[in-house]
Amino acid sequence: MKGSLGTRLLQVLPTLLLVSMMVFGLQQLMPGDPALVLAGEEHDPQVVAQIRAELWLDRPIPVQYLHWIGNVLHGNLGYSWRIRQPVVELIAQKLPVTLQLSLMAFIIALCIGIPMGVLSAVKKNSIWDYLANGVGLAGLSTPNFWLGIMLILLISVDLGWLPPSGYVSPWEDWRQSLATTIMPAFVLGNAIAAVLMRHTRSAMLTALDQDFVRTARAKGLPSHVVILRHALRNALVPVVTLGALELGTLLSGAVLTEQVFSIPGFGKLIVDAVFNRDYPVVQGVVLVTAGIYVGLNLLADILYVLINPRMRTA
Amino acid sequence: MSVTVASPQTASAAAAKPPSSPAVLAFRRFRGRPAAVAGLIVVVLFILVAALAPWIAPDDPIKTSWTLIRKAPSWAHWMGTDENGRDVASRVIYGARASLLAGLLSVTIAAGIGVPVGLIAGFAGGPVDAVISRIVDAMLAVPFLILAIALAAFLGPSLENAMIAIGVTAAPIFMRIARAATMDAATNEYVEAARALGNPPWRVALRHVLPNIVPPLMVQATLAIAAAIIAEASLSFLGLGQQPPSPSWGSMLNAAQRFLTQAPWLAIFPGAAIFLAVLSFNLVGDGLRDALDPRRK
Repeated sequence: MKGSLGTRLLQVLPTLLLVSMMVFGLQQLMPGDPALVLAGEEHDPQVVAQIRAELWLDRPIPVQYLHWIGNVLHGNLGYSWRIRQPVVELIAQKLPVTLQLSLMAFIIALCIGIPMGVLSAVKKNSIWDYLANGVGLAGLSTPNFWLGIMLILLISVDLGWLPPSGYVSPWEDWRQSLATTIMPAFVLGNAIAAVLMRHTRSAMLTALDQDFVRTARAKGLPSHVVILRHALRNALVPVVTLGALELGTLLSGAVLTEQVFSIPGFGKLIVDAVFNRDYPVVQGVVLVTAGIYVGLNLLADILYVLINPRMRTA
Repeated sequence: MSVTVASPQTASAAAAKPPSSPAVLAFRRFRGRPAAVAGLIVVVLFILVAALAPWIAPDDPIKTSWTLIRKAPSWAHWMGTDENGRDVASRVIYGARASLLAGLLSVTIAAGIGVPVGLIAGFAGGPVDAVISRIVDAMLAVPFLILAIALAAFLGPSLENAMIAIGVTAAPIFMRIARAATMDAATNEYVEAARALGNPPWRVALRHVLPNIVPPLMVQATLAIAAAIIAEASLSFLGLGQQPPSPSWGSMLNAAQRFLTQAPWLAIFPGAAIFLAVLSFNLVGDGLRDALDPRRK
């Protein structure tokens, strides 16, 4: 099994290389000359030429790519065109906010998705099963920015329980931090809860049908012991790995959620960058997101081996 | 699993006729699922609303009126009016056009790129497959919406570019499904027979493999339309899709956010429309999956 993990690690390299080419290639899609955009209104030919030389825009594209990727490998994602700050610094400032949000969302998703999945599998074809499936499908079909707006309307505007927007860091005041992030985290976790519920349901249905569960039942063990100790433990193996993959989806969802709740995170960074035509920031965010996602995929594979004893000894 | 109970008429008809085709059987299984049928009805309603918008809409969706700014729902304007005095109901009705068009066209783009590439990868195998698969891995490594945002940003904000961005971003999934289904179908005896008869590879791929990978692709296409409608609404919500004053559900929600306390109806109706449209495509997709693959639970 160690060998196959090694192969998996090696597969990651070409993927990352291609991602970097793709992210670099985005720049070529841009209408117009970036140097002209940067030079501002005047289009002073001298300034334009200077910017072009500075950004290596006057070299052939493959050379530009090599220059860019060389910088990336040295941890230099370029400078924001708008605020002249290193992109890496900007990302380092915003990423922890989104990670906090994602982590909370993931915990919420686990707490909703897994019990619902277990319930609907154990009570298959009952009203509970239909209800859980209905709620799951509704969760998958709700655009999360709309859910966010509706929650703000209900909980902040009507009931006045939680602040409608803003963000406080947990190091500053953890109560306020919780108050500002719990609603966005719920919105973000909602779609993943639905996915986890579906996975848990089908994994539980398979597990409940297996011999060891039948044996446990035949031994006269109480049904909650059979369901939780025997069936769920086995059903969780695929769910955990699929769950790790869903963490990547959280980064996508965070873009909209942070926009709705005005949270200064990673998602807001890319949206603001898009509107300011701050392309190095857009590229940086896409590249870092892809890196995180590829890392999570790898983590999911490693987790799968770790929690599945059969794969360990093979 | 659904069990379709044959009515006496169909039973006698089946006895008289040769065995039903897989498509007919699948249709019967689909019909036996009330949720899927309900989803299909709502989908058809949405398509009708979008097609007949000029006749159904009570008002011009972009006509502004200074005397009608942010009026609550009433008999005259049953979804209220917006910040420019435009009729929300008319805008929701016209907004169905942008959403459905984006859903259908971007999935057409995605399938148009993904299916041929997947067919080639699955059929050719070897180095061709390895190269294509790595490119697909790379595309899937960037979360869907972030890649779509980046593409839409570099291409420039417009509904057309949003559709292209969503289509290109969704293509890898079609490619993966087409590849897997092709590899599966290619091991069948009839494909080997077709090859042995001396058919050129493209003919085997198009005439013998392609028809057999249609069912999983149909399921994916339906679910992808649901995802594309959410994606278009998301991009429009961020300002990267349909540009004002043309109505789209996502951009209406964006504007609604500023008047949440004074005019909540601005946020409720367009969002409900997105939810209903996406839910019904998802119901049809789930129903199709169960109908086309009876082995699945």
